[in-house]
Amino acid sequence: MVHPRLYWGEVGNDLTEPILELPISRNYKHGGYESNGPIYQPAAATQAPAISASRTFDIFNQNGWGRSLHFLAGWFLVIFGSVYFVLGIFAGHFRRNFLPSRYELTASSIRQDVTDHLRFRIRNATGGPDYGLLQKASYLGVVFLALPLMFATGITMSPAVAAAFPFLLDIFGGHQSARTVHFFAFAALAVFLLVHTLMVAKSGFRKQIRGMTLGVKDEQ
Amino acid sequence: MIVAGLTGVGGLLLSSCSSAEQLPPTYGNLLRAGDNLTYSAQRALLPDGTLAREYTTADISSFPATGTVDPGDLKHPKTSEEFRQLRAGNFGSYRLTVEGAVARPGSFSLAELKSFPARTQITKHVCEEGWSAIGQWTGVPLSRVLYAAGLLPSARFVSFHSYDDWSDSIDMLDALHPQTILAYSMNGRELPLQHGAPLRLRVERQLGYKSMKYVRRIVATEFLDDGGDRGNPKNGWAWYVGI
Repeated sequence: MVHPRLYWGEVGNDLTEPILELPISRNYKHGGYESNGPIYQPAAATQAPAISASRTFDIFNQNGWGRSLHFLAGWFLVIFGSVYFVLGIFAGHFRRNFLPSRYELTASSIRQDVTDHLRFRIRNATGGPDYGLLQKASYLGVVFLALPLMFATGITMSPAVAAAFPFLLDIFGGHQSARTVHFFAFAALAVFLLVHTLMVAKSGFRKQIRGMTLGVKDEQ
Repeated sequence: MIVAGLTGVGGLLLSSCSSAEQLPPTYGNLLRAGDNLTYSAQRALLPDGTLAREYTTADISSFPATGTVDPGDLKHPKTSEEFRQLRAGNFGSYRLTVEGAVARPGSFSLAELKSFPARTQITKHVCEEGWSAIGQWTGVPLSRVLYAAGLLPSARFVSFHSYDDWSDSIDMLDALHPQTILAYSMNGRELPLQHGAPLRLRVERQLGYKSMKYVRRIVATEFLDDGGDRGNPKNGWAWYVGI
């Protein structure tokens, strides 16, 4: 990562305080700056002056192709995701298969499903629904929370989109807040991807893949 | 293959919606084709004249200086003797040349640029690296300079060339935008060396690397000049970075 620091608000850079620093590249705490001195003296005497400093450190940066790939993938997400989302709603898939029933939301049901997962007792696949409780919660979280947040915080960081729709900055509390939320939404999706793949493999890989691609499902 | 085809069709479909739109070359690169899809989509879907948010002096923040911080630095690979001399004379001999698709090509001194009605804006600089900073910029709107040079109706893009040998361009929509200025002042003081003295561009609805520092020469063009071998697309960076 080119800039392994997260902030809150509108502003955040190597010369301001981060809320979190991530030790994931050689850019982490590189400290390679030469001070240029104060760049602005605020009116209030109690406020520290804004400073400027020249970066001397040769940072790791593969963002050129990285950004372009990121936004190309973004088009796929938006186009296919919209179709999936609309179909999911109007074909009743979300209502039938994602919403937990009253019986699933009892304390004992929840406890049972959690225990099963912790003991790695995963039901054999039928190649489709019905989904378990934690499974439903994961899908709901991904489709209705994580992915919409990824998209919304992502476009908020676009200077052109934020100029056209400044309310986006207000919703998320600024550019850097959107960036931080975007990062944590990514982290959640990464965890989902890992767990999801594991569950598909554990519950019967061939059957699941056949179900996902050819729509073949066992009736039980 | 499917991916390439879909992207190509998508890009073509969108660009055919605005038949006059020129796109930067892709050099056969799928990623550059994706960039063009994004550019076309933003031009088609976003309203034209919106302003980037402007802030108050209380919001002015610390501001890193990255990339070239002194084109005259002898250690800089593109070190400029011309810049060293200008700086030694406190930019008294600096002249911004304006040429290309204009009726009256010529040049402007700093004093002449400062004599135009100025615009002061406190805006957010968003670097592609992920950081952001807020600064106050004062300068002459690019549109005023272009009109003073007699911008021709055939002009579609404006190219910029810097003392540290960068070459980049923007389309006319961005060039004539009220917040697109040639700044000679930062935070109420003379533009510091590290931030682009004597003159830097501000393009407020795109990422920071479009706001070129150390501007030397401006060329209005009918055709998109992406900088060729020294430009961004050839070197793996998108030409349009509204996102």
